[in-house]
Amino acid sequence: MKITVADVEHVARLARLTLTVGEKELFAGQMDAILGYVEKLNGVNTEGIVPTSHAVPMENAFREDITKSSIGLDKALANAPDRSGSFFAVPKVIE
Amino acid sequence: MKYQPVIGLEVHVQLLTDTKIFCGCSTKFGAEPNSQTCPVCLGLPGALPVLNKKVVEFAIKAGLSTNCSITPRSIFARKNYFYPDLPKGYQISQFEDPICQWGWLDIKVGEETKRIGITRIHMEEDAGKLVHGELSGPGDGSGVDLNRACTPLLEVVSEPDLRSSDEAVAYLKQLHQIVTWLGICDGNMEEGSFRCDANVSVMPVGSDKLGTRAEIKNVNSFKFVKLAIEYEIQRQIDLIEDGGTVVQETRLFDPNSGKTRSMRSKEEAHDYRYFPDPDLVPLVISEQWIERSRGELPELPEQRQQRFMAELGLPPYDAEVLTACRALADYFEAGVAAGGNAKAVGNWVMGEITRALNDSGTSIETCPVSPEQLAELLKLIDNGTISGKIAKTVFDEMWRSGKAPQAIVEEQGLIQVSDSGAIEGIIDEIIAANAGQVEEYRGGKEKVFGFFVGQVMKASKGKANPTVVNELLLNKLKG
Repeated sequence: MKITVADVEHVARLARLTLTVGEKELFAGQMDAILGYVEKLNGVNTEGIVPTSHAVPMENAFREDITKSSIGLDKALANAPDRSGSFFAVPKVIE
Repeated sequence: MKYQPVIGLEVHVQLLTDTKIFCGCSTKFGAEPNSQTCPVCLGLPGALPVLNKKVVEFAIKAGLSTNCSITPRSIFARKNYFYPDLPKGYQISQFEDPICQWGWLDIKVGEETKRIGITRIHMEEDAGKLVHGELSGPGDGSGVDLNRACTPLLEVVSEPDLRSSDEAVAYLKQLHQIVTWLGICDGNMEEGSFRCDANVSVMPVGSDKLGTRAEIKNVNSFKFVKLAIEYEIQRQIDLIEDGGTVVQETRLFDPNSGKTRSMRSKEEAHDYRYFPDPDLVPLVISEQWIERSRGELPELPEQRQQRFMAELGLPPYDAEVLTACRALADYFEAGVAAGGNAKAVGNWVMGEITRALNDSGTSIETCPVSPEQLAELLKLIDNGTISGKIAKTVFDEMWRSGKAPQAIVEEQGLIQVSDSGAIEGIIDEIIAANAGQVEEYRGGKEKVFGFFVGQVMKASKGKANPTVVNELLLNKLKG
């Protein structure tokens, strides 16, 4: 696998990151090295083994459908960069 | 060239739980914005989502009722994208191994029955809500309300088996009937409890290569689904005929213009980078659990229709109308259980009751006339106490006052007169007063008979037993 600058630009755009040309090249090399290292696992024979989705051997953690009190409006909005009445205020988003 | 539309539907069903899918915040509609939130649904760092068991129960019921297989081991995944109504930057959904797969519904369009495949049903959380132009604060920004964030949804994805807008609406109505019947969704399309996206493409008739599809969003009524699909089919055909090509995109239906338009903001390549959510452990559903759920299922509309026909002798049409929703079917059955004749109860429920409900904007759940009262009214007709015509007057009064039919009949002196002596007296008077018509009748103009019946009924204020009136009149007029 060879990670290109174009790949880096693609994931950077999806993550809303702006990178300099130098960073793009640096990260392309680093990501390529990381993936190349992990790729070694492809050499292991995994026939008949179910793909792992979770690292802990646990299943079925549930809660009952019982209402708990919420934290309240002011706490909910306490970290908001901006609020307007009871709303989080954000730049205009219109479809 | 002739074109064949190909349609698949994605339906979001909001579940009727008390709390959200991954936290204990209330799902009640209409609360003050952001008042029903906590670290989990606000997406604060370090918060741990825990699955609401009822959501799983509801999903299994939906799956079993749509002929799906229940996946023994399913997992949750993160669907990554940015939008202001999505606090975590990802939506918890299911991608690989959804809880239900490979189902189907048989829909009826006209006289034909058609099987529509259901690819999958998966569980996911809803996003928050954006509001525009109603903010009190400075600027003309948008506001975010996260009360709806993390509300449980089922997404039901059909195969592209639908071939017309009518088929799409029939499928949607049937799905709507099932989820409301199960009591897992309130079905309110205006409030967004049951919403639909339509994938529409066209291909030349006879082709087996699917055309490029457009996804239509924001169709929140059965009528709009039909309009939006029809508009989109024609738009694509016109485009192709003019030498253009359909592009894969998301389009928004505008109910005011009846048109669909491109949503540029969503045109970015969809690259959601799904991966298993490490916060939520796998969901394992045993055979016993599935069987227990199956045992808890109510009798479904289709089965109930069959039973109404087989056990109660209803015609197919009546059985279908009376099972339109569970409450209506319950009402009908309660009327029959209270001693009403099935066909008669059915006729009244489909006739007078439905009319009165529509006129007053009431639902069957709050019908002022109970099924037991209706059965009593029908008994009064059966035993000859009142005529069918008077029964309608009594019914209107029952609706208004909530009184028992027997009481109304007695109070207003509506008891049917079957006593031939009394009726004969009226008939004699009428014959005497209408010599001309008597001559006409005796001269062979039999239509005049109806005139006499009308006169007698009028003179008796509708209380004369029509059967007795007919008999006596025939005899008397013979002369």
